[in-house]
Amino acid sequence: MDCSDTRRLIDASLDGELDLPAQLALEAHTAACAACREAYARRRALVRRVRVGGESFAMPDALRRRLLDSLPQGEPSPNPVPAPVRRWPWGKAWSWPWAWLTGGLSLASAALAVALTLVVIMPGRDAALERDLVDAHLRSLMADHLTDVPSSDRHTVKPWFNGRIDLSPPVPDLAEQGFPLAGGRLDYVDGRPVAVLVYRRARHVINLFVWPEPADPADAPRFRGAQGYNVLHWTGPGLALWAVSDLNRGELEDFQRLWSQASRSS
Amino acid sequence: MPNSRQATRFEDTVLPHLDAAYNLARWLTRNHHDAEDVMQDAFLRAFRFFGGCRPGDARPWLLRIVRNAAYDWLRANRPAELCSLDEHGLEHGNGPGDDPDCVLDGRTAAPDDPETHAMKEAERRLVNRLIADLPVAYREVIVLRELNDLSYREIAGIAGVPMGTVMSRLSRARQMLQAAWDATNATEGPRGL
Repeated sequence: MDCSDTRRLIDASLDGELDLPAQLALEAHTAACAACREAYARRRALVRRVRVGGESFAMPDALRRRLLDSLPQGEPSPNPVPAPVRRWPWGKAWSWPWAWLTGGLSLASAALAVALTLVVIMPGRDAALERDLVDAHLRSLMADHLTDVPSSDRHTVKPWFNGRIDLSPPVPDLAEQGFPLAGGRLDYVDGRPVAVLVYRRARHVINLFVWPEPADPADAPRFRGAQGYNVLHWTGPGLALWAVSDLNRGELEDFQRLWSQASRSS
Repeated sequence: MPNSRQATRFEDTVLPHLDAAYNLARWLTRNHHDAEDVMQDAFLRAFRFFGGCRPGDARPWLLRIVRNAAYDWLRANRPAELCSLDEHGLEHGNGPGDDPDCVLDGRTAAPDDPETHAMKEAERRLVNRLIADLPVAYREVIVLRELNDLSYREIAGIAGVPMGTVMSRLSRARQMLQAAWDATNATEGPRGL
């Protein structure tokens, strides 16, 4: 990599958008070239200055109220109490008019109604679990307690869980694919200790929650959003996996695919 | 035809991103009053087209609507600010200043006198003024990248341009900021960048 390539790629490097080979080549060049090193440092200082000094304007409350009031429904409550059906996490607005038909029918259809009720309640439970997971994700970021064992070495992270929890989760290394391992920790979700693997993508953090659960092999990965975060759920052999991040959907799905492939082959 | 359940779902989806949306509108219009117009337009569009929002992609989806509303507003009210946004212009090395038809207010900003302010505060104000002085296509990538911390892919989706364009615009925007910063400091004495 020469000076002009380097200058061209400094920004992408600072933004964490270079793939690993290009990043390494750039680092090798700047290590040897004082002028490029200085250009890199100057640009990094500028970016930091803009990020620290640049103003983020919060929406004024008056405007927020006016916008919400302009919705056709009139009085939206700022903190609606979630009803399970409305919180259906797959997002499609659906209704079951025919579910009500069972009400006046025979015992057999009453049983069917019970089964339907269970189906309706289940997403509510999942939604509560999702909120739990997102809360745990937020706690880990805010309390600055992302990892108990900060390490990018999977041979350090994996054994750390031994004796602390009743499983030894697969810990694939995805650094080459752009998701470096940052470490692991224990967390509590749904009243039990769970293993959390922490990966990074540029400046984003992915918390991957893992606990033992009999898997349904037919379970396809399911994607949801909760509280402005993205949540992706899938299952591995005997494991339930939940990834939570502010990463966008496409990249989170890439992560899921790479993680599953790598954990199968390791 | 949104029903009330959909309205609530709309709120649940959109509310967490309103600050980011307002921030973008505020930076693209450069004042609160116009940002308010843009947000009102964007909010109604978002509600109307809510069916196009995939779960989990609410933030880029909303920002894209806000961005389009802001550009429509600029086109109607300050068309001069959009004048070099077509293909022949900015991406190919011509600075916006090279385009004689393009009049951008205050881009060659003269530094005002920061002597009476604490240095840190003066620097902060300078940074914000330099961002505000960028042409809108550059201001937009700087705000989305530095203030909203979005990836190139997300910015490309919001601005409706290829990722390579995001990369070159961002790079050029930072060059402009750096040059303006250096020029300001050269006239006011070193500030230890």
